[in-house]
Amino acid sequence: MLLGLFNDWIVIVLMMIGLYTVIAHGNLIKKLVGLTIFQTSVFIFYISMAKVSGGTAPILADDITKYSNPLPHVLILTAIVVGIATTALGLALVVRIKEAYNTIEEEEIQQQDNQIQTMLTQQTPSKEDNNTGEQS
Amino acid sequence: MVAIAIIRMKDLFAIVMLSGIYGLLSACFFVAMDAVDVAFTEAAVGAGISTLLMLVVITMTGRHENKTRHKPLSALFVVIITGGLLIYGTFDIPLFGSADAPIHHHVSPRYINDSAAEIGVPNIVTSVLASYRAFDTFGEVVVIFTAGIGVLALLAVVRRPEDESEIDSINDSMHEQHLIIRIVAKILIPFILLFALYVQFHGDFGPGGGFQAGVIFAAAIILYTMLFGLSTARKVINQPFIQLIAALGVLLYGCVGIASLLNGGNFFDYNVLASTPIGGQHLGILLIEWGVGCTVASVMILIFFNFGGRREMQQQKTTQHKAMQTKAKQDSQIQEFL
Repeated sequence: MLLGLFNDWIVIVLMMIGLYTVIAHGNLIKKLVGLTIFQTSVFIFYISMAKVSGGTAPILADDITKYSNPLPHVLILTAIVVGIATTALGLALVVRIKEAYNTIEEEEIQQQDNQIQTMLTQQTPSKEDNNTGEQS
Repeated sequence: MVAIAIIRMKDLFAIVMLSGIYGLLSACFFVAMDAVDVAFTEAAVGAGISTLLMLVVITMTGRHENKTRHKPLSALFVVIITGGLLIYGTFDIPLFGSADAPIHHHVSPRYINDSAAEIGVPNIVTSVLASYRAFDTFGEVVVIFTAGIGVLALLAVVRRPEDESEIDSINDSMHEQHLIIRIVAKILIPFILLFALYVQFHGDFGPGGGFQAGVIFAAAIILYTMLFGLSTARKVINQPFIQLIAALGVLLYGCVGIASLLNGGNFFDYNVLASTPIGGQHLGILLIEWGVGCTVASVMILIFFNFGGRREMQQQKTTQHKAMQTKAKQDSQIQEFL
């Protein structure tokens, strides 16, 4: 019973490690690595669902009657390649963020954004004042 | 274990290396779970391409992480609650390896029992991927292609011809030291490319297919680029050609579907492509795997080229900046002297 669920628990532990990394870490690359771990845990979940005890790899041969389930293999096979393509897109965004803000720590980015925001809000009322002054 | 080490570490370089090891370990796990095709892909992607991509990115962004974390306790709380709920959910999941789980009783018996007669390809994974679920796979290829376009849009650098010589000099100084690695790689790369082609054509009979072949091929080219510099690699394979191949792969895949429509079948119904249904299936799967392989390989190479190009541009900027600074210093010194 316990051994039968062992794989699922490992999957959950990995998934939670990934989730924790995404939530708690500020570094954007670290977040992406966490996302990758999360992704892999889902892959492992699917593949271990497909396993039939006593079965072999799903390649037809004459003297074998019991195969593992091929469908999850297909889904995960494509998901891995799509996963690396989307991760690359994320990394590209990180590179652009680094160029724009010169940092990849989430908090520093937020600070810079806030600074710009406060500068803008300080500027706009003074402009309005000027306008009303001209009108009057 | 490796995953825990990954989140504890501060040094991003070590993290990237560990995530490579993690990819390799999960590939071994997939072999143990009978998923040989998946293991192929994971070994090439997880241990190869993603590690290299992350390495390139951390050379651009710096390798150290700040100590600050956002509310680690509340994050831990959320994670533990979610994990607990999920573990509670596992008690309703059928046990590992049991043959009477619901997943093995829907469409899978049809794939396992009838695919030999219907498709005539020994590798069931290939026949499901390229024939039964061809429409699904088409969508995935388009997603990969779109991601490639996205990276291109974000990172593409317009290069002026007069910059070339300067970049070359940077490259030469950087790559001259690694003589042994370069010679070993020169010996290995042809075999990697040959192996990729074998995987491409042998996908019907053994583990393999377009996705695996594409990533292995791309890994070989990326290895070459890492060792011999981007401009050398660009001379061997020019980028517009790769972009063309990526688009052509998707086009080939779609055309096979259209061709089967024109011949009177459904979209991606290969039975009508040749005189016998089995022959038609073989032809359709072969063409589709080619389309997938071309697109995947060229999108991966394209992504890497663009990251590399961006990095070179940044390096060039910093060297120019430094040169200007030293020149300004010298000027001021000269003026003081005068």
